[in-house]
Amino acid sequence: MTLILRRREIIAGQTIELVLHAPAIAAKARPGHFVILRVHPEGERIPLTIADADAQAGTITLVFLVVGTTTALLARLQEQEAILDVCGPLGQPTPIRPVGEVVCVGGGTGIAAMHHIAKGHAQVGNRVTAIIGARTASLLLFEEELSRFCEKVIVATDDGSRGVRGLVTDALRGHLAAHPGVAEVIAVGPVPMMRAVAELTRPLGISTVASLNAIMVDGMGMCGACRVRVGGVIRFACVDGPDFDAHAVDFDELAARLRAFVSQERQSYGCRCACHERA
Amino acid sequence: MDAGVPAMSARKLRPRVPMPMQPPLVRRGNFTEVALGYSLEQAVAEARRCLQCKKPTCQGGCPVEVDCKGFIAHLVHRDVEGAFAVIKRTNSLPAVCGRVCPQEKQCERACKLAPTGEPVAIGRLERFVADTYYASDACASAIAAAKQCRLPREDVRVACVGSGPSSLTAAGFLAALGAQVTVFEGLHEVGGVLVYGIPEFRLPKSIVATEVEHLRRLGVEFRTNWVVGQTVGLTELFHQGYRAVFVGTGAGLPQFLGIPGESLLGVYSANEYLTRVNLMRAYAFPRYDTPLPQGRYVTVIGGGNVAMDAARTALRLGAQEVTVVYRRTQAEMPCRAEELEHALEEGIRVRELLAPVAFEGQDGWLSGLRVERMALGEPDESGRRRPVPTGETEVLATDLCIIGIGTGPNPVLLRATPGLRLNARGYIDVDPTTGETSIPMVFAGGDIVTGAATVVLAMGAGRRAAREIAQRLGLI
Ligand SMILES: Cc1cc2nc3c(=O)[nH]c(=O)nc-3n(C[C@H](O)[C@H](O)[C@H](O)COP(=O)(O)OP(=O)(O)OC[C@H]3O[C@@H](n4cnc5c(N)ncnc54)[C@H](O)[C@@H]3O)c2cc1C
Ligand SMILES: Cc1cc2nc3c(=O)[nH]c(=O)nc-3n(C[C@H](O)[C@H](O)[C@H](O)COP(=O)(O)OP(=O)(O)OC[C@H]3O[C@@H](n4cnc5c(N)ncnc54)[C@H](O)[C@@H]3O)c2cc1C
Ligand code: SF4
Ligand code: SF4
Ligand code: FES
Repeated sequence: MTLILRRREIIAGQTIELVLHAPAIAAKARPGHFVILRVHPEGERIPLTIADADAQAGTITLVFLVVGTTTALLARLQEQEAILDVCGPLGQPTPIRPVGEVVCVGGGTGIAAMHHIAKGHAQVGNRVTAIIGARTASLLLFEEELSRFCEKVIVATDDGSRGVRGLVTDALRGHLAAHPGVAEVIAVGPVPMMRAVAELTRPLGISTVASLNAIMVDGMGMCGACRVRVGGVIRFACVDGPDFDAHAVDFDELAARLRAFVSQERQSYGCRCACHERA
Repeated sequence: MDAGVPAMSARKLRPRVPMPMQPPLVRRGNFTEVALGYSLEQAVAEARRCLQCKKPTCQGGCPVEVDCKGFIAHLVHRDVEGAFAVIKRTNSLPAVCGRVCPQEKQCERACKLAPTGEPVAIGRLERFVADTYYASDACASAIAAAKQCRLPREDVRVACVGSGPSSLTAAGFLAALGAQVTVFEGLHEVGGVLVYGIPEFRLPKSIVATEVEHLRRLGVEFRTNWVVGQTVGLTELFHQGYRAVFVGTGAGLPQFLGIPGESLLGVYSANEYLTRVNLMRAYAFPRYDTPLPQGRYVTVIGGGNVAMDAARTALRLGAQEVTVVYRRTQAEMPCRAEELEHALEEGIRVRELLAPVAFEGQDGWLSGLRVERMALGEPDESGRRRPVPTGETEVLATDLCIIGIGTGPNPVLLRATPGLRLNARGYIDVDPTTGETSIPMVFAGGDIVTGAATVVLAMGAGRRAAREIAQRLGLI
């Protein structure tokens, strides 16, 4: 059982931040790591990125978007309530070396996951530019937190309600044109966004990392649900990733595999969440 | 001819007492256990078939050397407690082994009666003894006794990594000698393959739970959701006060075929399929939240226990037709003889001498499996005749394909512990007599050392290492 110390609705009813008391995980958590959690005894195991960790306080931060059954149940938990199982930190940490200038691109909830990676880059002395995007201003996350250690935070919204109007890739294109010294780009967000970032940086020859959100069950390399194709080779996102060379990732296959359970997920959500709502 | 046989022919040999079973047509629609177990009368009748040989050979066929003759003698006298005590001397999980050991290759093959084709049903008797004993109160008193005779050595702390049969055995052995044992398991449930792999209809979860409860009462502490190598480093455990570590992390990394179309939706590893069903109870979806891959025409690739379990699970979950595709013939299948027999009775088709060459699909979903016909050639290193391709192919229509062709070592701990020496196949290298790895006081056993093997071999390895640990720590 893992206690929820603080809970904040970043976007009401939609995006939630939890600070958990998890000293063992906090002591080991590096940028790029994730946890697998289960909310109740009949529940599914789902992966969520560690958006921040404080080894001294013994806490980790998760930020999640409510998309289905498990995230909806998680959203109901309040401060001082506990999550049944939290396992981690899992995955390989993002490789972070002093390289000079980096750009971290985050889309939607991916901004939270990107936050930990951006912070790691800043800590080794890299100059970090964050580019964050969402449909509209009210869906933006972590802008203030990022501005604490990033040289610059560029905001892009589809409707132009904040920052530049357009996609993060538009902002990225402009930034890279003006800053030829960028050594590395990190992209965390929806598959189409990560694919677009990869296509943008490929001709420029800028090393690019994407964080893949494949479907997972155990998160320990035992099921193969999370298999992704990278450079033509099958890798397991949970133990070989979740971060991979974005130029080598087969994003079409990833997008197709994420659809595996769509109809059942709707059924599960309808059953569990609708019944609870009625109760 | 040896000593036992004339005696046998003098007495008229009765046939083996048949095991009561759920009828195939009933059991293919449920997840309750297939084999129902002997009654006391049936067990005694079967026990009487044992010749009580002067020089019994059965014990030598058992990887953990259960004194079969000895426990069967108690059974003849209806002394279940006595029989249990004999078994428990060398086998810490008798209710499990009685159900899942490949007896026809082990104890029962070594039985003097094996040449008649009807060896003593040692496995079934072992199961009977364990089940009957656990159902009685005798269990509680034995635990209380074990607790009392425990040495006051709570300062001697030992960590076991993983909670499969090898670790559970090591933990039980050491706890009984007074060590303070902590089992670290990465998943949220304890039992390893016994809970995430082997289905309920072969090994009810309640049996694993009983064995685990037994260990808890002996003082073993279980920490679930602890991945050693991630949540805590292996050598860090020594800084935390553990004086020895046993690694039993298993061979759970699923292998894929590496043929075209393997990423199509509808293609699963047997591990994923079985984990969803067993560990996550997806068979009860949507009451349980984990979704289940659905298929009407299910194809399972492989010929071992894993493939049989996946096939029989798919059948129970409502598949219209389940076909097992195997490269060689039924005679070469490595699964337990009984599992193949049960699968065939339940209506599962086995297509022999077929090797998968490609998965075919539509709109990202699986629609067929292209297979190539094989012929049997010369025997290979394993002594089995090698399948050779004929060039002829056909397509089997299928909407769910489960790959059960084998597994590799669980990767997490190995990657995180560079000091651990591995063998050429990527498994942990140990000293065969002590089980010690290249890191002093770190021991290993079970599938992470041998590659995918059996429950009883994993237990034997756990026991061997535990004995060595106990000696080094002055517990014996
Ligand atoms: C390494 C990793 C890190 C992640 N980090 C975050 C994070 O920090 N914040 C966040 O909001 N989300 C994150 N995700 C995605 C998150 O796991 C899914 O949103 C969650 O599993 C949905 O569960 P559900 O029951 O609420 O919805 P469901 O009804 O199960 O699914 C809704 C949608 O989520 C996707 N999904 C379902 N199951 C999984 C799964 N096991 N893994 C990945 N995607 C799935 C499906 O494509 C589906 O369309 C991460 C995923 C991975 C693999
Ligand atoms: C479907 C199936 C059917 C089978 N049927 C039979 C049968 O009928 N008869 C038979 O004798 N054998 C059978 N086997 C084989 C048998 O189950 C295995 O040989 C045996 O379970 C191996 O035991 P083990 O102790 O090595 O580890 P496992 O049972 O493999 O358990 C290893 C455990 O370690 C955990 N773990 C891994 N890494 C870590 C880590 N870093 N930190 C913490 N925990 C970790 C895993 O989560 C797992 O729970 C079957 C196997 C399968 C998969
Ligand atoms: S442990 Fe297995 S091999 Fe040994 S006697 Fe029992 S059933 Fe036979
Ligand atoms: S089990 Fe078989 S080998 Fe063992 S004592 Fe009985 S008859 Fe002899
Ligand atoms: S989630 Fe099971 S292997 Fe990656």
